[in-house]
Amino acid sequence: MTVNTTRVRAIYRKELREYRRNGSLVIGAMAVLPLLFVVPSLIDVFALPASSASELRNGDPLLYMLGIPAIVPAALAAYSVVGERQQGTLEPMLATPIRREEFLLAKALAAIVPSLAVAYAVYALVLACIGLFADPAVASALVRGPEIVAQLVFTPLLAAWSIWIGIAISTRSSDVRVAQQLGMLANLPSVAVTTLVAYDVIHATLGLALVLAVALLALIGIGWRITSALFDSERLIAGAR
Amino acid sequence: MAAQRAGVGQGGSVDIDEGAPAPNSSLRRSGDSAEVAAGGGIPAIEVSHVTKDFAGRSAVSDVSFSVARGEVFGLLGPNGAGKSTIVRTLGTLLAPTSGSATVAGIPLTRENGVEIRRRISIMPESPGLYLRLSVVENLECFAGLYEVPDPSGRIDRVLRAVNLADRAKDVCGILSKGLRQRVALARALLNEPEVLFLDEPTAGLDPVASRDVHELIGALGRGGVTIFLTTHRLDEAERLCTRVAILNRSLRTVGRPDELREQLFAKTLVARTLIPLATPDAVFAGLPAVTSWRQDRPATYVLAVSESAVAAPAVTRALVAAGADVLSVGESPHSLEDVYLELINDDEEASVR
Repeated sequence: MTVNTTRVRAIYRKELREYRRNGSLVIGAMAVLPLLFVVPSLIDVFALPASSASELRNGDPLLYMLGIPAIVPAALAAYSVVGERQQGTLEPMLATPIRREEFLLAKALAAIVPSLAVAYAVYALVLACIGLFADPAVASALVRGPEIVAQLVFTPLLAAWSIWIGIAISTRSSDVRVAQQLGMLANLPSVAVTTLVAYDVIHATLGLALVLAVALLALIGIGWRITSALFDSERLIAGAR
Repeated sequence: MAAQRAGVGQGGSVDIDEGAPAPNSSLRRSGDSAEVAAGGGIPAIEVSHVTKDFAGRSAVSDVSFSVARGEVFGLLGPNGAGKSTIVRTLGTLLAPTSGSATVAGIPLTRENGVEIRRRISIMPESPGLYLRLSVVENLECFAGLYEVPDPSGRIDRVLRAVNLADRAKDVCGILSKGLRQRVALARALLNEPEVLFLDEPTAGLDPVASRDVHELIGALGRGGVTIFLTTHRLDEAERLCTRVAILNRSLRTVGRPDELREQLFAKTLVARTLIPLATPDAVFAGLPAVTSWRQDRPATYVLAVSESAVAAPAVTRALVAAGADVLSVGESPHSLEDVYLELINDDEEASVR
């Protein structure tokens, strides 16, 4: 199958324009949610004394921020198909020469790009805040090279996995809010794993990181195929099977 | 819809220029001649025994018809008759359960879906616009999906064609229903479709907005674009369509509106007298050309006849011989609405039985 980049770009641009105009989605999913996620923890970090640094070195506390790329795109992706369906724009869209795969790819790209931007921006903000306001010993215990690499690598992987789950739910759902709630719920396992690693319940090693990365890549591939298979334009348009 | 003029473009393009009266010439496809519009050549749409079932329930059953290139073809039917199902099937959005079809000369198969959709446009009943985006942003998205060369120029031309050039920057959410419908029509024209499917294009519009849409459809039809129009507005079909089909899950009839009237009602005469006849049975029963009769109003008689040209003089003579003051004897005037109601009522009566 060849992907027509002009058509993918057309939907991608349209999606980004819609995000910009959809204040509640942008403020809710892309701003408030990540801040709610990090602000309380940051306040705790600022209050930590230098003596806690050695304890912090035992875990990878900042990896809990991988919850952001797991949760933020879920809301966007869950809206992607059912949102079009609810506002009556899916039928005109599918009546054009767009292929199912191009449509889904454009939706996934449109969800992942702002999600990565938000996740990396919030991570950079957190690092900057820790550097500026936390005790230097605490800061050096928290901000470590391998952890930053893990954050950079796993952010897109978790976001992509979250997006395919969200789009898959969106293709079978008939209500935007239900789809978004299910999308969030479906990503709780990812959040749980990153939190367990962050608090050293699961000890992070290079081997574990590689296994998780390969597993996520495989899941992303499977997710793409499953989502394509679930996208039944006939059911989406006629509401029947 | 004024101040536009369309010309014949190169290579099947739609030319829309400014400066001359519209809408009767505002859009035109090149390569479509009057002969083709009259039915010659490969049909734009050919449907053969198409059936579409949903969960074992038949939405349309064994439908066959063809539409010539350049024709304005109307599909009429009550709500739930299967009109939208036919449009969606021919637009490759739904796969037929059985039967075959060609659209824009291409066989309707899953593999040909992209190629067919490249050559047609569908304007669904609901405009389906992105309400947070402006008119031009909506059109830019679809110009990209159709890979329109020179999208900004093309968008400019279609907006002028639907008289919306001055609203290009407006957000669609603030537009009235009629204006949204025009934006949807502009969107449907972006790819210079060979076949344009319009599904209930004036549903919910006020009379002025409906008239605007009618004028544009008329202009497109005169310009040689094949138009497939579904509606339950019979006046709309009678005014715009060269031929109509009446659908009620299965196809009830196809033909020109006047042909359909002829088929169903030509064998009916209406005789009006100044005062009611004392013994109408004695007047009409003996006439060989009259098969039955009924009294419609006090001095009006509706006669079923074998051939109106033979029956009319005989009826007149019989009335005169009976001493009646004859006001008129003639074929009963019927609209497309009468044809429609006759056929749909037949279906309803059959379903009750």
